[in-house]
Amino acid sequence: MIRYARLVWIQVRVSAATAMAYRANFIAQGAMALVFIVLTVVPLLVAFGGQAKVAPGWDEAGAFVVMSYFMTVRAILEGVTSPSIVDLVERIRSGAFDYVLLKPADAQFMVSTSRYEPWKLFDLLGGIGVGVYAFWLRGAPPAPADLALGLVLLFAGVLAMYSMWIVCAAASFWVVRLDNLVYLLGAIFDVARWPIQVFQGLWRIVFTFVIPVAVMTTFPAMALLGRLDLAHVLATLGGAALMLVVARLVWTFAIRNYTSASS
Amino acid sequence: MIARTLRAIPTLLRVGVAETVAYRAEFLVWTLTTTIPLIMLAFWTSVARGGQFAGYTAADFTAYFLANLIVRQVTSNWVGWQMAEEIRTGSMSMRLLRPIHPFVALTMSQVAALPFRSMIAIPVAVILLATSGSHALTTDPLQLALLVPSLALAWIVNFGLMFAMGATGFWFTQVYAIANFYFALYMLLSGYMMPLDVLATKQPLVAKIAHYTPFPSMVDAPIRLLIGHLDHAQALRLLAVQGGWAVVCVAFGIAVWRRGLRRFEAVGG
Repeated sequence: MIRYARLVWIQVRVSAATAMAYRANFIAQGAMALVFIVLTVVPLLVAFGGQAKVAPGWDEAGAFVVMSYFMTVRAILEGVTSPSIVDLVERIRSGAFDYVLLKPADAQFMVSTSRYEPWKLFDLLGGIGVGVYAFWLRGAPPAPADLALGLVLLFAGVLAMYSMWIVCAAASFWVVRLDNLVYLLGAIFDVARWPIQVFQGLWRIVFTFVIPVAVMTTFPAMALLGRLDLAHVLATLGGAALMLVVARLVWTFAIRNYTSASS
Repeated sequence: MIARTLRAIPTLLRVGVAETVAYRAEFLVWTLTTTIPLIMLAFWTSVARGGQFAGYTAADFTAYFLANLIVRQVTSNWVGWQMAEEIRTGSMSMRLLRPIHPFVALTMSQVAALPFRSMIAIPVAVILLATSGSHALTTDPLQLALLVPSLALAWIVNFGLMFAMGATGFWFTQVYAIANFYFALYMLLSGYMMPLDVLATKQPLVAKIAHYTPFPSMVDAPIRLLIGHLDHAQALRLLAVQGGWAVVCVAFGIAVWRRGLRRFEAVGG
């Protein structure tokens, strides 16, 4: 366990050093993050200019809490997981993945933590900022118990999303040329910016059960607002745990079928 | 020179088509990543449910964003990325050695991808539009006649600006920041994220500024021809404005290219 923690720390330091080597780029990324945060919230600002609700049960403060979760989860994943997965696809193609497998550490761990994008920190701060704004709109901070539950479910949401990335990564063992699957996943995750109640009929079912974006943002946001009942809390935690187990199984199955590109 | 270029065009197109077909799975995935119009569709129809928002009913929003999806699929291109990558890796040198202007060669390689993109996007969007937004589709013969030229002009405006962006790669090896900034402006000012008159309800100044930029020519104008109720003078004016911007943007793209080329230091070999 301690060994793995030390590995993470080393990889974070290497990534930070790389990022700092391009200081102008770092500042540009910060400015861009700000532009995109503003851009992402524009529809909410416009909608609430003439309306009290965007969906049944979702007023301005609530919708901004969901948006805050969306930005936070995305910042974490784009900062931690997706650069590593993009790396993985490249390594499978070039055959360098063999070296990862040879290392005396779990391969899934190695590919999930191989690279970070430190400037996603700006996006993370933006996400937190939107959350603070939401509770300022509501006029009351979240109760301590709700805050704790909201943070636990944030973790569950991140794990759920992470599991989908891992399944995608496993898919690249078979279809190497599909390195843009990662972008497709990101594009699908874009729906998580709205409360799930925005979607109707079939789409709501799809985004709750098939691609469970509701688990990633809507339910944690409801928990933070103190509106999530116990059944949903358990379903969210259970769903995230289930996805993690499935992802692990798919990963181990895929790796057993791995045929190196180099030899 | 011109005759030689014209003779090369069919071959360039064939090469482009072959490239698209060779990477069809990747291409399909890229096409599917255009989810923003559908995400915005869900949001705005939810906002307008059981009433109206800024004069739009839920059905109006549905028609708007499905039209948006078609326009985006048909008019987008990635020439900026292609150029930036070629400059960064040095393969731009090869392109410069060929006896044909890179602007023509790159245009053809992008045009060749169009049929494939349309094949995937258009049937889906047309079916959706016909089933849930047919009331909004225009039946005016002039608007229908102007639709194809309008889409073509939207494509040219977008291409000109993307070409200029790619050419900034001569100065900066990483054009991502510029590209992102461009895309942010595009999303806000073109009508991609929301109809411009909806934007005007909360941000009248921003919406007004938008109409002085080339962005509405890329999204807003073709959508209005497809689903708007315009009189003939309005329709023709839309097209004229698009035509003006097409000339300006292509000229701008080539001007940036010329300036950049003087600074070009070939990387690699």
